[in-house]
Amino acid sequence: MAKVTIPFGPQHPALKEPERFDLTILGERIVRLNARLGYNHRGIEKACEQRSYISALYLIERICGICSHSHATAFVQCVEEIAGLEVPARARYIRTLIAELERMHSHLLWLGVAGHEIGFDTLLMYTWRDREVVMDLLAALTGNRVNYGINTIGGVRRDVSPEQCAEILRGIDTLEERTKYYMQLATEDAMLAERLVAVGSLCTEDAARLGAVGPVARASNLNQDVRRDDPYAAYGELDFKVITDTHCDVYGRVLVRVGELMESCRIICQVLSNLPEGPIAVKAPRKIPAGEALTRYEAPRGEDVHYVRGNGTERPERVKVRAPTLANVQAVSKMLENNYLADMPIVLAAIDPCFSCTDRAVVVREAGCVEQRMDWKALRLYGIEWYRKNRGIDCSKIKLRM
Amino acid sequence: MGYALFNILVFPGLLFLSLFGMLAEFADRKIYARLQNRVGPPWYQPEADFIKLLAKEEIVPADADRAVFRFLPVVALTAVVCSSIYIPLWSRSALYSFEGDVIVVLYLLTLPTLTFFLAGWYSNSLFAALGAVRALTQLFAYEVPLFMGILAPAIVASSWSLSGVAQFYGAHPAYWIFNLPGFVVCLVALQGKLERLPFDIPDAETEIVGGTFTEYSGRLLAFFRMTIDVELVVGSALLAAVFFPFGLGLPPVAGFILFLGKVLFIVTLLAVFRTVMARMRIDQMVEFCWKYLSTAALFQVLISLAVKGVILG
Repeated sequence: MAKVTIPFGPQHPALKEPERFDLTILGERIVRLNARLGYNHRGIEKACEQRSYISALYLIERICGICSHSHATAFVQCVEEIAGLEVPARARYIRTLIAELERMHSHLLWLGVAGHEIGFDTLLMYTWRDREVVMDLLAALTGNRVNYGINTIGGVRRDVSPEQCAEILRGIDTLEERTKYYMQLATEDAMLAERLVAVGSLCTEDAARLGAVGPVARASNLNQDVRRDDPYAAYGELDFKVITDTHCDVYGRVLVRVGELMESCRIICQVLSNLPEGPIAVKAPRKIPAGEALTRYEAPRGEDVHYVRGNGTERPERVKVRAPTLANVQAVSKMLENNYLADMPIVLAAIDPCFSCTDRAVVVREAGCVEQRMDWKALRLYGIEWYRKNRGIDCSKIKLRM
Repeated sequence: MGYALFNILVFPGLLFLSLFGMLAEFADRKIYARLQNRVGPPWYQPEADFIKLLAKEEIVPADADRAVFRFLPVVALTAVVCSSIYIPLWSRSALYSFEGDVIVVLYLLTLPTLTFFLAGWYSNSLFAALGAVRALTQLFAYEVPLFMGILAPAIVASSWSLSGVAQFYGAHPAYWIFNLPGFVVCLVALQGKLERLPFDIPDAETEIVGGTFTEYSGRLLAFFRMTIDVELVVGSALLAAVFFPFGLGLPPVAGFILFLGKVLFIVTLLAVFRTVMARMRIDQMVEFCWKYLSTAALFQVLISLAVKGVILG
């Protein structure tokens, strides 16, 4: 059988976002993988530079639909560091609370997606049903199921009432019980083990060399977690374990994430019992002084890095985001070496990819190269001409409302 | 002649089987949904899907072989409907029968898989071709255990006609107990034949998009889907006739209701089976079928030979 190259994407049922992976296969075996990012670039970094810090915060929150709180917190931490703001303890605890609820919602969502990728839709339906418990809690606390909008520069926007604390504890009880069931399922189900063990292997050295982060790194037995290594928010005052695993494969990544679900339950209980009294925010100036800051944040998918540079105006001069998927996507081609085509969806899903967070545009300028720019009108004319010539369709009559 | 035509086209042929097939599809989807904590579709969902597909545009890929591409769904549907006339549904004899018709039924039930392969191959598309190769690879894995499982009761009955088998078990009702291992083997193999989880490898959507049917749309896809529905009913009816041969002497209405019950029972088992399983990889599937399923089928043949030699001897 000859080698064939399959276009896995940009449109493919296993991908929730457009991204392209050219898979070369020999029979059912994968020979090589060529990842091409860039189908989902939205120019958020640039757009932030044209907004005030507070509007940029709401844009930053929309980088990711799942770990929106992670990006927002990382960004405000940068701005607070530049402005020298002391965030009240209660605000730090509330940020931690939302962060852990978000981690639970993200990991439950991932578990379902992983089930779907190996054709185990029952797991998808079960985990997504349980995920509703977290979503309801988040909606009750912040008013939104996603993009919580809880952060503001200098603290948080909403307080947590004692009734809400009791409600969260009830929800966490349910989730802890369900998570125990998933742990049992992951460790005892023979069919799952059959599809997950020794699939997408990434040894410890490779994980370190390729710069894997988050659950992917921890499943390859790299003991790293920003929450412990470089504590932010209230993590320095809490007691929690960093879950690692020695399987170094997709199975290990499942165990790490389910273990982290259990750990998140513990963290939330600690946050609620130690919630300090006091204000939830300090007033932040409109103009942030000149300076720069870089923060690391342990998002559900791994280490999220934000960099902000201020120039003394009300707008940031530069915002830079390194989402965890960018660090992990490099490892996918290593993981897929010698695997089957059938393993491609689950191996890719096992890094919990979020492509729209990751995508960026890089322009390589060679010396002497003339830069070409097209304005909107010219681009439209080009499109009309292209379709007339190549497809025989005349689109020039279409009227645009601008 | 007129009566035969009625049998083939209306009852128990095409019309009845398509409606019953859709009912079985509904039962399957509803059970699957309820086990997954979902509400599930209303009873008319399969019919609605079918009508919707009939109304949709039918696209034939430019590179595909036009005639073959359009002809294959009809072949597949015809084959499964034909096979039903040799299966005793609710009485001790089928509409037509002759010595050796069990082989014909198994052959006719293999045809749809072959048409799926050809459909994928002639689509001239990468995903469809991959699905086609997988469908054929899978065929070689489950077909042998299925044949052995179905033929084992026939060995005991000393008749290679399904009606003969039904008559034998009608006369010796308790003997069906000996065929239970074969029933389990055939249930698993039937799941593979119907390309359902955990054996839906040829159209695993997260891997190869639509698999064999990637390029099919509109009416042609509707007929392929109906083929699978009818195959579900006919396959279950075959299993019911061979492994649950009791109550065949009942009066027509009671016998008919018992037949529906038996088929829906097997459909329920198949639905539960696909709820608790993840999809296998093709290498795991082939290994499982040859290592375990074929061994179990051989074991069933041994039991049948022992029963025939020792008890009936």
